[in-house]
Amino acid sequence: MDVLGRYRNLIVLVGVLFAQVLGLAVQVKRTTDSESTRLIRIWAVGAVTPLEKVLAWAQTSTGNVWHSYFYLRGVRAENRSLKQQIERMSLEQVRMSQDADQARRLQALLGFKEQFISRTMAAQVIGSSGSELSRSVYIDKGYNDGIKRDMAVITADGIVGKVLNVYRSTSQVLLINDQTSGVGALLDKTRLQGILRGTPSGEVVIEKVMSDETVPPGELVLTSGGDGIFPKGLLVGKVTKVSLGSDLFLNIRVRPAADLSRLEEVLVVTKIDERQAEPDQTGAARAVDILAERLPSVPSKPENAEKGAASGTVAPGTVAPTTTGSDAKPKAAPPEASASSGAPAARKTAMPASSSGTGSGTGATATPAPAVKVSPKPVKAAVEPKPQPAIEDSPQ
Amino acid sequence: MAITYTSGEQVEVYRFSIPATVLIPLGAVFLQAWLPLRFPFFTIFDLPLLVVIGFATARRSPLAGLLTGGLIGILQDALTHQPIGLYGISKTVVGFGASSLGIKLDVEHAGARFLLTIFFYVVHEVVYFMIARGLVGLRMAWSWPHEFLSGVANALLGVLVFMLLDRVKQRT
Repeated sequence: MDVLGRYRNLIVLVGVLFAQVLGLAVQVKRTTDSESTRLIRIWAVGAVTPLEKVLAWAQTSTGNVWHSYFYLRGVRAENRSLKQQIERMSLEQVRMSQDADQARRLQALLGFKEQFISRTMAAQVIGSSGSELSRSVYIDKGYNDGIKRDMAVITADGIVGKVLNVYRSTSQVLLINDQTSGVGALLDKTRLQGILRGTPSGEVVIEKVMSDETVPPGELVLTSGGDGIFPKGLLVGKVTKVSLGSDLFLNIRVRPAADLSRLEEVLVVTKIDERQAEPDQTGAARAVDILAERLPSVPSKPENAEKGAASGTVAPGTVAPTTTGSDAKPKAAPPEASASSGAPAARKTAMPASSSGTGSGTGATATPAPAVKVSPKPVKAAVEPKPQPAIEDSPQ
Repeated sequence: MAITYTSGEQVEVYRFSIPATVLIPLGAVFLQAWLPLRFPFFTIFDLPLLVVIGFATARRSPLAGLLTGGLIGILQDALTHQPIGLYGISKTVVGFGASSLGIKLDVEHAGARFLLTIFFYVVHEVVYFMIARGLVGLRMAWSWPHEFLSGVANALLGVLVFMLLDRVKQRT
């Protein structure tokens, strides 16, 4: 008894350490370690996250008041800049929708299935694990909000991670730069596939790419969809450094597109749909029609063409013969050709490719317009005909 | 330097009120989880470890030290996705060591606290590294310069934390 009393502290120390080591060994043995310690985690998260939520809410509210009511410097310029950006993006969107249409047709022909994000939920990042060896964050949405384990978490910039543990009103998100994380990755141009992993120091690397492949720095990295969590094609980041690794594989370092150290708001992908591309509803296309879509055609004459003629401007559908100083290229066919119902180019009418109102072909037929009107100044209008979903003419 | 060997009768033993005993560790764990979001460099600090050392050296009871360290460590573990026990074991060892050393040494001066914190920070990291690599199988890299610099940074913060703890501790 005397010995026990004398070494009481040491005995307790050994006992406590032994119990913890035993618990640790049990958790390591079980692959689903979170289940055996779930109660402790729930208590800890329940003790810490309410205060984090309050602080996050206070910070957001203060920031909103400041930015919405007081700090409005530069808002007008920003608004102007954004409007210009919208105009540019509208043009871009028209072109991309054509590409998408074409891709969809090809996918339909090949029977491809595509995945797309059909529903997301915005969540606020309220806390972190606080440890360098556990790169994870907590968000303010849990299973009460429909969050489930293994849901993908993204931002507008790129992917962030996946939901690891779900609690009642919070969830833990494992970031892609954690060493236990793994994401199927695809290099954009070379189309090489690998596994994206985090390192102990918090960097992100792609593994399992053979060393005889060439990967240029600066190449974009996308999700491959092979992990079953992230849909294919989401931006991951950019290759920063490529070096020879061990075991005949390359060591490819990647800079994540999303700033993982300063996350504030994220999107949880709550629903991913898979669908097969639908075949073109217009039926089998003739080669000549497809070719006609790609050839320049004449936008139809707008209703206010006469007004434009009176004011000396060029009506869409006509050709400005001297467009000096402008990059507008007169690609329109002569009106005579347009009027001829036999020419494929005339049977298809180009949709407006610009949001600026020029070249607004609304009619299905290309009405013969006055041949050439003299343009006093270069006109931006000469809309470059884009291949668009064409409207079939009614037989005349 | 003000590290002096003292007899058991000379050292003063302090205690903390129940609210302080509960709220200070909880606050430390909370700040450790919240501050890195706003200040990413804060991950080099280990605020709960500083609280463990502060409590242990003030109470000077190895039993209380190891239990406090173990509980704070487990709380910290629970917020990570790693198995529970990594921080628990490390902080149990530190709590026991700091309180045992607190009996022998006079740790009321800032210089002594500074050195003590560096020492126990390194001890904590070594224990953590051994368990994480040996038992859990985590990939980890050991870097003496990094550990030493982190130890100094923690020690500087520790001096401030101990001054705050001095205000709430009560003489028995």
